[in-house]
Amino acid sequence: MAGADGDDSLYPIAVLIDELRNEDVQLRLNSIKKLSTIALALGVERTRTELLPFLTDTIYDEDEVLLALAEQLGNFTMLVGGPEYVHCLLPPLESLATVEETVVRDKAVESLRKISQEHSPVDLEVHFEPLVKRLASGDWFTSRTSACGLFSVCYPRVSSTVKAEIRQHFRTLCSDDTPMVRRAAASKLGEFAKVLELDYVKTDIIPLFTALASDEQDSVRLLAVEACVSIATLLPQEDLETLVMPTLRQAAEDKSWRVRYMVADKFSELQKAVGPEITKNDLVPAFQNLLKDCEAEVRAAAANKVKEFCENLPEDSREQIIMTHILPCVKELVSDTNQHVKSALASVIMGLSTILGKDNTIEHLLPLFLTQLKDECPEVRLNIISNLDCVNEVIGIRQLSQSLLPAIVELAEDAKWRVRLAIIEYMPLLAGQLGVEFFDEKLNTLCMAWLIDHVYAIREAATSNLTKLVEKFGAEWAQNTIVPKVLGMANDPNYLHRMTTLFCINALSEACGQDITTKQMLPVVLKMSNDQVANVRFNVAKSLQKIGPVLDSNALQTEVKPVLEKLASDSDMDVKYFAQEAISVLALA
Amino acid sequence: MLSPIQVLCSDITTLSLEPEPFASYTEADIISTVEFNHTGELLATGDKGGRVVIFQREPESKNDPFSQGEYNVYSTFQSHEPEFDYLKSLEIEEKINKIRWLPQQNAAHFLLSTNDKTIKLWKVSERDKRPEGYNLKDEEGRIKDVSTVTSLQVPVLKPMDLMVEVSPRRVFANAHTYHINSISVNSDYETYMSADDLRINLWHLDITDRSFNIVDIKPANMEDLTEVITASEFHPHHCNLFVYSSSKGTLRLCDMREAALCDKHSKLFEEPEDPSARSFFSEIISSVSDVKFSHSGRYLLTRDYLTAKVWDLNMESKPLETYQVHDYLRSKLCSLYENDCIFDKFECAWNGSDSVIMTGAYNNFFRMFDRNTKRDVTLEASRESSKPRAVLKPRRVCAAGGKRRKDDISVDSLDFTKKILHTAWHPTENIIAIAATNNLYIFQDKLNSEMH
Repeated sequence: MAGADGDDSLYPIAVLIDELRNEDVQLRLNSIKKLSTIALALGVERTRTELLPFLTDTIYDEDEVLLALAEQLGNFTMLVGGPEYVHCLLPPLESLATVEETVVRDKAVESLRKISQEHSPVDLEVHFEPLVKRLASGDWFTSRTSACGLFSVCYPRVSSTVKAEIRQHFRTLCSDDTPMVRRAAASKLGEFAKVLELDYVKTDIIPLFTALASDEQDSVRLLAVEACVSIATLLPQEDLETLVMPTLRQAAEDKSWRVRYMVADKFSELQKAVGPEITKNDLVPAFQNLLKDCEAEVRAAAANKVKEFCENLPEDSREQIIMTHILPCVKELVSDTNQHVKSALASVIMGLSTILGKDNTIEHLLPLFLTQLKDECPEVRLNIISNLDCVNEVIGIRQLSQSLLPAIVELAEDAKWRVRLAIIEYMPLLAGQLGVEFFDEKLNTLCMAWLIDHVYAIREAATSNLTKLVEKFGAEWAQNTIVPKVLGMANDPNYLHRMTTLFCINALSEACGQDITTKQMLPVVLKMSNDQVANVRFNVAKSLQKIGPVLDSNALQTEVKPVLEKLASDSDMDVKYFAQEAISVLALA
Repeated sequence: MLSPIQVLCSDITTLSLEPEPFASYTEADIISTVEFNHTGELLATGDKGGRVVIFQREPESKNDPFSQGEYNVYSTFQSHEPEFDYLKSLEIEEKINKIRWLPQQNAAHFLLSTNDKTIKLWKVSERDKRPEGYNLKDEEGRIKDVSTVTSLQVPVLKPMDLMVEVSPRRVFANAHTYHINSISVNSDYETYMSADDLRINLWHLDITDRSFNIVDIKPANMEDLTEVITASEFHPHHCNLFVYSSSKGTLRLCDMREAALCDKHSKLFEEPEDPSARSFFSEIISSVSDVKFSHSGRYLLTRDYLTAKVWDLNMESKPLETYQVHDYLRSKLCSLYENDCIFDKFECAWNGSDSVIMTGAYNNFFRMFDRNTKRDVTLEASRESSKPRAVLKPRRVCAAGGKRRKDDISVDSLDFTKKILHTAWHPTENIIAIAATNNLYIFQDKLNSEMH
């Protein structure tokens, strides 16, 4: 044996192994995460003969331990002796592929897919494929659902007889009794179709696809819509009409709104997969119907796709299709009864202006934008405002500014602080597009008013908004319009407003530069060190620390240092603390 | 088929109490729900103390034909604890309102249990191996001398006595403002719903932090409230259909395909009220206390205070069949109102082939109705009559003023504190489970009936 001198190196490993069965989940988890260390110490032989059999039987453990185990085993090939022995990893992963917890099962399948690539073609048929078969014909549906994800990785690398078996197994699972398995099969249908020979796609996959797409369970049918995308990309254009379109048409008119929702949600992908001709003849009317669907969820999903759908229309007939078929539906959606539908539309409708060009935008889209800007729901207005840049490029924002202003003012004064917060975030963008003149005239007062909002989050956002505005309009603008107002608040009777002055100075000093900071801001800060509220005083210390790097050393030594030293002997503990911190950070000691 | 019912496992109490017949029990021991799993191999009961007891059917033994198929305790665990809602200053009882088994997905069994507010998913699994062998200590936990550790030892799994483990898998909380009265697992195996007095929510079994509201009957102003949801269930095969019953005696069938919020029902099952029978109690006794789809999915069974009704999904105007459970109580409604019994919620059950229905009554009586032959029977679940293998004698209640035969019981001597609210029928065989306060009785068809 290794003898006594081996103990030191053995000890940590021994602890890890013992903790594999510790009472404490966290320790077990730690050990499992260091499984490679254990395996390395045991050597490939003992890993195969002792460690793996033990791990195969540990499926009683907590989910998080099993999840970590499933993940580790996917990277274990070298630790069991390389590709030659990779099949030793199959038994533990097989048992993990049957547990009830979906995340663990999925991870086990992912690891199985990974190590399948490390199997030689012979091993794949001798070890891997039988495992897939066992799972596929397992008693419990958990094992059968796991099997669905493994067909596509072994199919390309096995002999034609085994291929035929695999296809048969897949067919069986597609008509399984339990909806869980049919769902797993339906979700892997597209992936499996990709590895199949084209002839088999037509003879095998299409019937399965048709069957799943008319399954009695909604939850299975809606997954067939996803498969439709990948199958349509595989088939030559001339076959699409007969093999895919009947099913797709049926799905778009399905009795269940969840299936129609799925069609709406995948509409852009479907559109790309079936090509321009079918889009013109079939998808346009289908899309119109989805936009007019009786279920709001479906309309919202379709409304989200309006821009993308229009963009991907064939160029020769794009404008005509939009103007005659899509736009009328969009006009109706603008006054939809459901606010989610309206706000989904508002988030994309501005994008149409680039597609339709200046004249159409002014004539047809502008009235819609204006209506949405006056919508009762703030989210709709916000979505319009957040996408102003699209229109700006086409017709310039001036066209909108008359309606824009009341909308912004109303949002800025909304009773819900989250709405106010959202509009503040768009201020720099608006300022950039509206120009400094318009801004000074109409919006500046709003920005200043937010500084004394009664909600801290708004005051904080207003502060950082000022920084962004200064970055945009320059230091000179700041000196003339913002700084005087900010500094004026230093004398406010409310200490929260006085603190806002300090926060603004923190944010603005860098953007304003040394000159303004030293001449205008610093005196105010220093004066506030005599404030009677301790919170203001320690924020003075924090502010000095913050603006210190912007100041020249002369000002630091002659003006900042004495004040900080005075604060460092303040009666308040927090003031002392922050003053001392500032002194040491600014190296004034 | 209503052949004589024989006691299979009589008198299984959910607790190991003293065996004397009048053993005292506490409120917490009262059984509040009974449910077979999908194969009938397991039977779960919940009680007012928040406990769940699972019974397992013993495998049939060839040597002793009489021991076949008895149900014995498999596992017992505490599902819910009493809680306190500090925001509303309300106590939340631990009482288990409903238990529903999930379709079996692997070697373990899963069930949902709910109290008034919180639904929990439990895993019931068996373990027959345990790891042995430590590096740094021996099996008793004594630390070994480090210098003696010269090689690494991987633990080995050794067989051990079978152990049943119950572990909580998910907790679905904070979705119900009112008291949960029903839970039902969807035939898609991935969702279930929970219903309270005014709302029904749809959950994904894997997701605990959100649910979708599919029915909301709460009026804008609570003063306009006239009706509450009393029970709800998914269709056994069509994942999109579910039914809910109301305190006004109506049933609404909803189709989830039509819209995300099922405010508009697809079908409304309602029997027009007979104006001549109208009384102060009409509305109370017409409140539906339970609704169950038949196994075929074609029929609905409902229970109200005095009757059990079978409805055809294709006929909304009136029930297909109406069975009087205890019509003799009609003259006693006044006193039943005074002692609150009129608000008792009796449940009902179908047999495996949908040909017989069963529901409970007072005095530890339960009733079975054969839908084909129109025969019916009243049986009693009591310690005295339920000796193992004994055949239950049919009982009769004679209405006040009626002619009384030998062994008949007069309405006035019925014990209204002994009520059978919860019953369950094995999914395929003629085995029934009856909860009578703190006792569980399991009966089955008389054995050897195939010899005739």
